[in-house]
Amino acid sequence: MSLRNIGIVYRKELVDSLRDRRTLISMIVVPLLVMPLLTIGMGVLSIALVGVAMREVPKVMILGGEDSPNVVAELNQMKDLQIVPAKLDYAEEISNKKIRAAVEIPAGFEAKLAAGDSSTINIYMYEGELKSGFGADRLQKFFRELRDRSIREQLQARNLPENLAHPFDILETNVAPPEKVGGAVLGGLVPYFVILLCLTGAMYPAMDLTAGEKERGTIETLLCSPVSRTHLVLGKFLMVLTASIATAILAITSMALSFGAGKQMLLSITKGASDPALQITITAKGLVAIFIVVLPLAVFFSAALLALSIFAKSFKEAQSYISPLMIVIVMPAIASLLPGVELSPALALIPVLNTSLVGKEIITGTFHWNLIAMIFLSSSIYAGIAIFIAVKLFQREDVLFRT
Amino acid sequence: MIEALHLVKRFHDKKRGTVCAVNDVSFSCRQGQIYGLLGANGAGKTTALRMLATILTPSEGTAIVAGFDVIKNPQMVRTRVGFLSAATALYGRLTAKEMVEYFGRLHGLDEITLKLRLDELFERLEMNEFRDRRCDKLSTGMKQKVSIARTLVHNPSVMIFDEPTLGLDVMAARTIVQFIKECRENGKTVVFSTHVMSEVEKLCDRIGIIHGGKLLAEGTLADLRAQFGIQDLEDLFVKVVEA
Repeated sequence: MSLRNIGIVYRKELVDSLRDRRTLISMIVVPLLVMPLLTIGMGVLSIALVGVAMREVPKVMILGGEDSPNVVAELNQMKDLQIVPAKLDYAEEISNKKIRAAVEIPAGFEAKLAAGDSSTINIYMYEGELKSGFGADRLQKFFRELRDRSIREQLQARNLPENLAHPFDILETNVAPPEKVGGAVLGGLVPYFVILLCLTGAMYPAMDLTAGEKERGTIETLLCSPVSRTHLVLGKFLMVLTASIATAILAITSMALSFGAGKQMLLSITKGASDPALQITITAKGLVAIFIVVLPLAVFFSAALLALSIFAKSFKEAQSYISPLMIVIVMPAIASLLPGVELSPALALIPVLNTSLVGKEIITGTFHWNLIAMIFLSSSIYAGIAIFIAVKLFQREDVLFRT
Repeated sequence: MIEALHLVKRFHDKKRGTVCAVNDVSFSCRQGQIYGLLGANGAGKTTALRMLATILTPSEGTAIVAGFDVIKNPQMVRTRVGFLSAATALYGRLTAKEMVEYFGRLHGLDEITLKLRLDELFERLEMNEFRDRRCDKLSTGMKQKVSIARTLVHNPSVMIFDEPTLGLDVMAARTIVQFIKECRENGKTVVFSTHVMSEVEKLCDRIGIIHGGKLLAEGTLADLRAQFGIQDLEDLFVKVVEA
């Protein structure tokens, strides 16, 4: 094994790739831009949209209520609701977003309330539509307060204590550390993105350095040199791995920075609201651990992509092989995001899924060292097999000179 | 010195089954000689030369190139051979200097020797003007010069050219022909394939006519003319192939 020769091939491929616009885009621009756009961009956009929806005074229709003038008058006085005249096609008006909600006050509502009889208030809304939801919420709030007030008045009239209708409170308290709560909410996404970017970072250089060479006619030039084909393929493999790792590191860094910035921005807007997603803490230790478990997977991706691309006659053919592979690889990563899928010794042997699951656990601050070692080992074995196949393929004339 | 000994190369083709691209080809070329392999497209010239350059391994037979067996010592052969063909392209994103440097390093030259060799080659081939220009920005003639420098950087004793003037304009083709002549003057062993009769007449000391993977006739131009009683090389070639 001549490290000098591998180094010569690697250095040349590095220089060559760094001058290629497409490699630079997939290796540097995508991870640096995608993460801030996904976190800050989407965050800002959703805050802006929610803000607009919250500031709007929703148009609401009152159906019935002719014999309940006080309730109707109170509703009309509310500043955060705009009452519009009732129409028969209120459902259509809500569906067409001309009004946000409608409330149906049953006949004799006020009388029944005074007598202590039960009745039902119907609120009509557009399920899943944000502005309609805000309109319905305000109506709900109004009638809840009215109900509470009515109960209090009736209890006072009978000289009964107020807490008769409210004998005890139910309080939920979270005892899990904040990073675990946050991790459970968003943690699965972090290793998923790192795995995905490891793959996309390796994809373009793998195709360019093999199928691309065949297409451009430089493979025969290279084969004239006395450097063994094993050294040539290892030099190329190291370059693909560099691209994969560089993409992952840039993605992790960019993710940590943009998440930190996004979190500050959200906290300043929501004034410290205790949303679990905002309590996520990605520690440096967690990030380093994720990088270590992802490393053999990056080796596996680089070698597997290289082997597939070596087999292809042209760049286009390589793309047609790699596109389905992308789905095969992304599926286990997505499976790890499903609720209830937990790391087990059996799952620790399934490539990609194992790394994604262990990454999720690491983010939540849980380190199962036995499983981490098992995953590192199994991923390393898969990577070794992929490198072996790539080296063997590069030695086959029928593969290098496929026509 | 090149000695091809009963070279055979078979390929497996999905549609045609096993195809024999080169069938029992033997010839030799001494130091300071130019051997021309003359044949039509698909005759087996490229496959034969790729076996001599150790890019392909023979299915049967072997060849001794610069004293080394192409099957037993392919790496030693490659350190002594310069191979140039229409298919040996340049790395477009490397500069002319980087391209030649890369192949010098792959051939094991140390940095001092490499620098001296580079200066000498760039001076001799008048390449200094575009030394730091990327290969994909060069004209066809400039690219040919870079390819020549690439094949010469390790000072090989054997040169193998596979249709080196294919697709070149007159000026670029002249550069190549002149370069092949210089190789002979410098005592190198040269084998080249072509289907351009004028190049054969201008350059070759010995000629082999190859067709359907077989070497049908071989000798000096004078020998072949005497053997077939035809002066015009093109007519001679057609007669040999059709026979």
